[in-house]
Amino acid sequence: MTEKINDLKLKVLEDKTASGFWLYLMTDCILFASLFATYVVLHGNTAGGPSGADIFQLPIVLAETFILLTSSFACGVALLAMKQGKTKQMVGWLVATYLLGIAFLTIELTEFSGLIAEGHSWQQSAFLSAFFTLVGTHGAHIFVGLVWLLTLGLVFFKRGMSEKLKRQFILFGLFWHFLDVIWIFIFTVVYLMGVA
Amino acid sequence: MFKQWWQNTSSVFGYVVGFVLSLALTFVAYTLVVNKVVEGVTIMVLLGVLALVQVIIQLIFFLHFGREKSSRFKVITFFSMLGVLLIVVSGSLWIMYHLDYNMMNMPPDQLQQRMDKEAGF
Repeated sequence: MTEKINDLKLKVLEDKTASGFWLYLMTDCILFASLFATYVVLHGNTAGGPSGADIFQLPIVLAETFILLTSSFACGVALLAMKQGKTKQMVGWLVATYLLGIAFLTIELTEFSGLIAEGHSWQQSAFLSAFFTLVGTHGAHIFVGLVWLLTLGLVFFKRGMSEKLKRQFILFGLFWHFLDVIWIFIFTVVYLMGVA
Repeated sequence: MFKQWWQNTSSVFGYVVGFVLSLALTFVAYTLVVNKVVEGVTIMVLLGVLALVQVIIQLIFFLHFGREKSSRFKVITFFSMLGVLLIVVSGSLWIMYHLDYNMMNMPPDQLQQRMDKEAGF
């Protein structure tokens, strides 16, 4: 069984699409790096508005972090089940991945709308502009990932599993794990360091 | 034995290990900040280290970085990305904080004086 998995993995990695997608992820890292640099430069420029310590609610952000981490974990286990041909398990774990993703995005948008309702929108200060751009870009990626997973799920239910679809699920998995890695930095640099 | 363990990182066991370690590291970082165990530069360095360790753990256990035979391309592009990333981040911070130190950190009248003095330079 292990050999079969390794064969499949090798086949997938030799695939040009997989390499191309990996390259896209690397360029996305650079996009986030520049947004992080912008945020760190501007995080003190509050223009009389609130600073990070005034507006961040750490317990909620911790819950968000755990939810996204669990979603990433569920996605990994789902892909493992897929490689072993356990379709039922795969569907279960992917549904969990999807619901946790929705929960994460809901909490984030609630945080955003709460801030805007209190008058702390991106127009108030350079700090808030940088904050909304950085965290919002990550949120937009999560949204795209959820649409992607839904599409893959629909194709799966309509046409069943195929080699091509398997590869696409694996690419989605890469994307989803990558977003969790980016979130570690957002959680640390924006939220924890903003309050510490 | 190590080789076998390494192979196992792409099993359910590997995902569970990565998941538990990530949960623990996140919680430790959170507790440090909320309880204000340490302050100042120490906490910043500590948080940075905790985040880096967690990223490496997720790279190994979730993304299986550098494991497959044909992953040279992945490794090379990853480290080129890291190079660009370090230049962008450290360069931006270096330049912008330097500007900050020279210009923005002084009261407006002092800033005006300095700008007058160095006008035309």
